[in-house]
Amino acid sequence: MMTRYRGRGWIAFVAFALALLVAVPAAALLFPAGSPLHLSEYWVSLAGKIVCYAIVALAMDLVWGYAGILSLGHGLFFALGGYAMGMYLMRQIGTDGVYHSPLPDFMVFLDWKSFPWQWWGSEHFLWALVLAVAAPGLLAYVFGWFAFRSRIKGVYFSIITQALTYAAMLLFFRNETGFGGNNGFTDFKRILGIPIATPGMRVALFMLSAATLLGTLLLGRWLVTSKFGRVLSAIRDAEQRVMFCGYNTAHYKLFVWTLSAVLCGLAGALYVPQVGIINPSEMSPANSIEIAIWVAVGGRGTLAGAVVGAAAVNGAKSFFTQAFPEVWLYFLGLLFILVTLFMPRGVMGLLTREKPA
Amino acid sequence: MRHLLLVLLLALAANAPPALAIDAAAVHQLALGDTSEDRIAAINALVESGDEQAEPLLRALLAGSVQTSGDRVLIVSGDSAVDAVTGQRVSPLPEDASDVVMNNRVRGVLDAAVSALRLVSRDRDERLKAARELAEDPRAAALPIVRRALARETDPDVKGVLEIVAASIELRAGARAERLAAIRTLAASGNPKTETLLLPLVAKKPDGSFAEADEEIRAAAQASLAGVRGRLAWGERIGLVFAGLSLGSILMIAALGLAITYGLMGVINMAHGELMMLGAYATYVVQNLFKAYAPGAFDWYLVCAVPVAFVVAGAAGMILERTVIRWLYGRPLETLLATWGISLMLMQGVRSLFGAQNVQVDNPSWMSGGVQALPNLVLPWNRIVIIAFAAAVVAGMWLLLARTRLGLFVRGVTQNRAMASCVGVPTARVDTWAFGLGCAIAGLAGCALSQIGNVGPALGQGYIVDSFMVVVLGGVGQLAGTVYAGIGLGLVNKLLESWSGAVLAKIAVLVFIIIFIQKRPQGLFALKGRAIEA
Repeated sequence: MMTRYRGRGWIAFVAFALALLVAVPAAALLFPAGSPLHLSEYWVSLAGKIVCYAIVALAMDLVWGYAGILSLGHGLFFALGGYAMGMYLMRQIGTDGVYHSPLPDFMVFLDWKSFPWQWWGSEHFLWALVLAVAAPGLLAYVFGWFAFRSRIKGVYFSIITQALTYAAMLLFFRNETGFGGNNGFTDFKRILGIPIATPGMRVALFMLSAATLLGTLLLGRWLVTSKFGRVLSAIRDAEQRVMFCGYNTAHYKLFVWTLSAVLCGLAGALYVPQVGIINPSEMSPANSIEIAIWVAVGGRGTLAGAVVGAAAVNGAKSFFTQAFPEVWLYFLGLLFILVTLFMPRGVMGLLTREKPA
Repeated sequence: MRHLLLVLLLALAANAPPALAIDAAAVHQLALGDTSEDRIAAINALVESGDEQAEPLLRALLAGSVQTSGDRVLIVSGDSAVDAVTGQRVSPLPEDASDVVMNNRVRGVLDAAVSALRLVSRDRDERLKAARELAEDPRAAALPIVRRALARETDPDVKGVLEIVAASIELRAGARAERLAAIRTLAASGNPKTETLLLPLVAKKPDGSFAEADEEIRAAAQASLAGVRGRLAWGERIGLVFAGLSLGSILMIAALGLAITYGLMGVINMAHGELMMLGAYATYVVQNLFKAYAPGAFDWYLVCAVPVAFVVAGAAGMILERTVIRWLYGRPLETLLATWGISLMLMQGVRSLFGAQNVQVDNPSWMSGGVQALPNLVLPWNRIVIIAFAAAVVAGMWLLLARTRLGLFVRGVTQNRAMASCVGVPTARVDTWAFGLGCAIAGLAGCALSQIGNVGPALGQGYIVDSFMVVVLGGVGQLAGTVYAGIGLGLVNKLLESWSGAVLAKIAVLVFIIIFIQKRPQGLFALKGRAIEA
């Protein structure tokens, strides 16, 4: 397994970090448009999107690959983080909206006179950051506390998380919830007072996401190589025995579950300013289940695999949906089937097969 | 239809000997009269006489197919005509025939006159229909007619409707005593329109004073209103329970297949919804074949579509089991992902074959319409049929599992695979058949759904979360649990819906299930056991 970076692993990590933090910004900003080395805005924002997805995949890998908890609701935590940041970005539009009101356009449209309580403090950037982490974290903590206390596991847990994100999606589709209903938030103008659509801002957001991804990778590695990580793997493989050894497995699971949700929220908060839209379809069960396939393609229980899987599947997705839109679902479906049947250890499993673990 | 009726009536009138000669003077005054007053008087005279022959004439007048030629009055249909007075056939039409033109005032009286004549028709159904039409739109002009009809009426149904009509007219225009009597009569009604009739009597004006000055009338109206509302509330309650039953039966039939594949075999089949969609599309194809090759038998296409949907979805399920699911037994999370992949491919496949748009599946004629159970409650036939169908499927499945050899094997393999194998049960084959059966029932669910909802590639997606919830709530491995949970969820959902709206009801139910699972992780009907590892 790749959990312990020795020699080659560290080299790969540093190369990856250099590529993200040096090569991409340089190619986007230093080389002029038209140069073969230039990276257009489209590619920068695509790369930024994939980096955010990779953070989600890492978070998923922590709970699924190491603790054996398959969540089908991680899209919810991601979207909650996105909505937290989206509220701040909506406030940043100020009076530049269609109706020139300090309220977001959809509220004017609904004939609301003031901000509902959920929007309290949303004009502060720091509060948005707190909310992006606290909202998914708190929800995951409460949900996990109930679920792990009554020892719900396996497919039961998966199905309930799916129901959770489904319920949340229905809730966010409603206008009364106060988050823009079907359309969600879009038309962002600036962040921290700086226009959001400039190349500089894009690269800055990308680098921030990349730094978060690298940090998450290091944090994850530190976690899974620590004693805590060993206990987690033990819980995955034989929970009863770990319990009989005197560990309170619920605490371990709850911690890694909440951490995973927080990471997702962070990824969502980084994702929204880069894509410029957040709406309830991010919470659809289909989106959440796709996260699982990123991890499965890359290889469960290998942090690097999650990143590789997220990049590979999403790269393929943006290629197919543009070139052959009708083929994409066949491809994705086939990927689900083939990976589970023939590549249980994913791409990383193929790479490390020859070497003794 | 109306024309057909007209022609029919005309034919009857033409063939029948003019036994009771119609009041010729009145007919002439009606068709050739100079003023509106003359004509109205003539209409009233005709109605007064209660003459059977007057109706076709008045109807023809309304339809604009009465012409005059000299002093003859002709009811025209096509190239020929019938003399309204003598009943003789006139063909071809005289050249000097000219249309009878009426103003709106006369038309209004004519309208009332035609319904009045229908009210005294010999045919009971005709009378009831006429009375109901009047109840929808009671006009003051009709009051004397209604009173007269009431005096002659013997049928209780027609009488009931007519009383309401009379009361509602009197309520508006009558004297004080009449209004009070009318209010009391209305109290016995279960008609939803009565409420709107009584409401203005107890309403307040913007300045706070009552719109109805008379206190006694107000009090009587209040009491009657309470009675009417109580009766209407029953209709609503029963309607709600029926809607809940209907939703519950759909959830149940959707979850029943899952109860086999997930509950009995432990396979998470995320493609279950897409197998339902296959069943619905199979119904669509059968429907189109019937439309193309046997349009006469179209009403019975469902009889053919049910087994086709069953076989198509079942065969798809067996193929899936043999090619994919077989290799994933004992790895439920992987099964979940692989079947999700299958569902994506099935969805895209249907999209490529039939297009991304919803397709049109028509109800056979015997499933459209409904039963008027209460004045404000109609139970649609398609819902009733689906409830019965769901009950039949449950019964069939119970018989299959409890009474057949395959059922015995399925239960045996579920309880103890190794032991079943030891005593010679071909476990691998039983798995295939059982999975196929679960999928085939999904196909039946799809066939049922095609009769009440949209059929499109995303049909299954809407049901997958719900049907898993039913299985989880009912308890894994428990068919009875699935039945109770399905119906219960349907009822709870509809009751909450009436109270808080559809989306919030759905969220509340999901949250309730999530909490419920905390308390009873094994579902409502848990098997008692001592195993620590479920």
